[in-house]
Amino acid sequence: MNEHIVKSFDQELQLLDKKIAQMGGLAERQLAQAFDALERRDPKLAEAAVASDRAVDALERDLQEQTILMIARRQPMANDLRHIMTVLKIAGDLERIGDLAKNIAKRALAVSGENHPKPLMTGLKHMLELALRQLKDVLDAHAARDTDKALAVWRADERIDAMFNSLFRELLTYMMEDPRNIGLCTHLLFGAKNIERIGDHTTNIAENVYYLVHGTALADDRPKGDDTSSTLIRKE
Amino acid sequence: MDMAVQKAFTEEASAIPAPSKKVKVVARDVNVFYSEKQALKDVSVDIPEHAVMAFIGPSGCGKSTFLRCINRMNDTIPTCRVTGTIEIDGADIYDPKLDVVQLRARVGMVFQKPNPFPKSVYENVAYGPRIHGLARSKAELDDIVASSLKRAGLFDEVKDRLLDSGTGLSGGQQQRLCIARAIAVEPEIILMDEPCSALDPIATAKIEELMEELAETYTIVIVTHSMQQAARVSQRTAFFHLGELVEEGPTEAIFNAPKDKRTQDYITGRFG
Repeated sequence: MNEHIVKSFDQELQLLDKKIAQMGGLAERQLAQAFDALERRDPKLAEAAVASDRAVDALERDLQEQTILMIARRQPMANDLRHIMTVLKIAGDLERIGDLAKNIAKRALAVSGENHPKPLMTGLKHMLELALRQLKDVLDAHAARDTDKALAVWRADERIDAMFNSLFRELLTYMMEDPRNIGLCTHLLFGAKNIERIGDHTTNIAENVYYLVHGTALADDRPKGDDTSSTLIRKE
Repeated sequence: MDMAVQKAFTEEASAIPAPSKKVKVVARDVNVFYSEKQALKDVSVDIPEHAVMAFIGPSGCGKSTFLRCINRMNDTIPTCRVTGTIEIDGADIYDPKLDVVQLRARVGMVFQKPNPFPKSVYENVAYGPRIHGLARSKAELDDIVASSLKRAGLFDEVKDRLLDSGTGLSGGQQQRLCIARAIAVEPEIILMDEPCSALDPIATAKIEELMEELAETYTIVIVTHSMQQAARVSQRTAFFHLGELVEEGPTEAIFNAPKDKRTQDYITGRFG
């Protein structure tokens, strides 16, 4: 891409991308931290993950102000306008991802005294690892304007959904086996749901990367695998 | 679906007037030379009726030259030569038998700098209808002047000083006076060559509002250096560069996702 005649405009646009990368990095770290806290039953780490949400929120406010000022000042057109608008939207998704990570951290605090069944934690961990990789990939795709990579992320979300489905069923089984598990399992179920939602925000970002590059929205319906909203416990 | 219901649906749908798809001006392979220098290269474009079409591009790109071809204003430049065809409603406007004065009555023009005649507000508007014999009596001429000033959104501001000089009005009022003068002869097409570049933002907004209204009755072609203005007022936009028509299409497409890199670079301020 050629440079703008007004050089400060290019600098401002670059700064937006830099801040998205920074915000994405913070959200990734916060999510990993929240999960570690849950896995290790470490209240200190959980508190740290809750606290680091403030930095993500602050960056979102900063980006919102920046983008509004740029629209007012530069009256951007075409790819510049898409650049600014997608930054604003991606910042919104990252902020939500931060909130969901914070929620996982809070649940980690709530269940830190309980004994965690190992197979459940393994399932949840796989789900988290995939969500983290997706988030990292989509941020890379945004930085490199790589729509192939964004599309790969967009399609792979189905796998997170599938993992959530099987975890959902597993957790139900645990709860039916012993009602004393219900408290812990409910928290873990919400934790899993949060990760599933993080996956959805990640696909939103992937869609925005596609729109940013091509100027048209992704037309296909994304393959979806989460059918838990229609799942019931059937009587044997 | 029930037949009666379906019929009601289709009737309701057809009650909303569809935007006119008719093409008013058809230009094919238009080349313009000033002496040896070629100012326009093989420009072909369709201008839709009852809509606003914007021509954008850097200075010297040929957009004004092309605009001036549509009412043969270039004829007034001795060294200028035009080839190719331009048709209005299917009739060639470069036909040697065509009356150029009549053509310019059908295709009005508004310029960058407001240029009222050094006469009264009334006379500025009455001049055209009078020389074209559009009014049979003083009363009829009064009506034309009043309705033209009203359509140009100027009447209320000048109704008490119709006999004062047109040059005594403010810049924005002078420009609307020029628009009133242009529409007084009932043209079909109004060409506007940067009509707002000498006006303040409020006068500009008034002209833009006016263009929206006028587009219901007239075909408007505007040359503008303001990308935002083109995006606001026009339904179609054409981008010119170095005498070529680079890209033409629905305004939203040109400003959101232009196909040609030159268009993109220009509208985003990367060259110009």
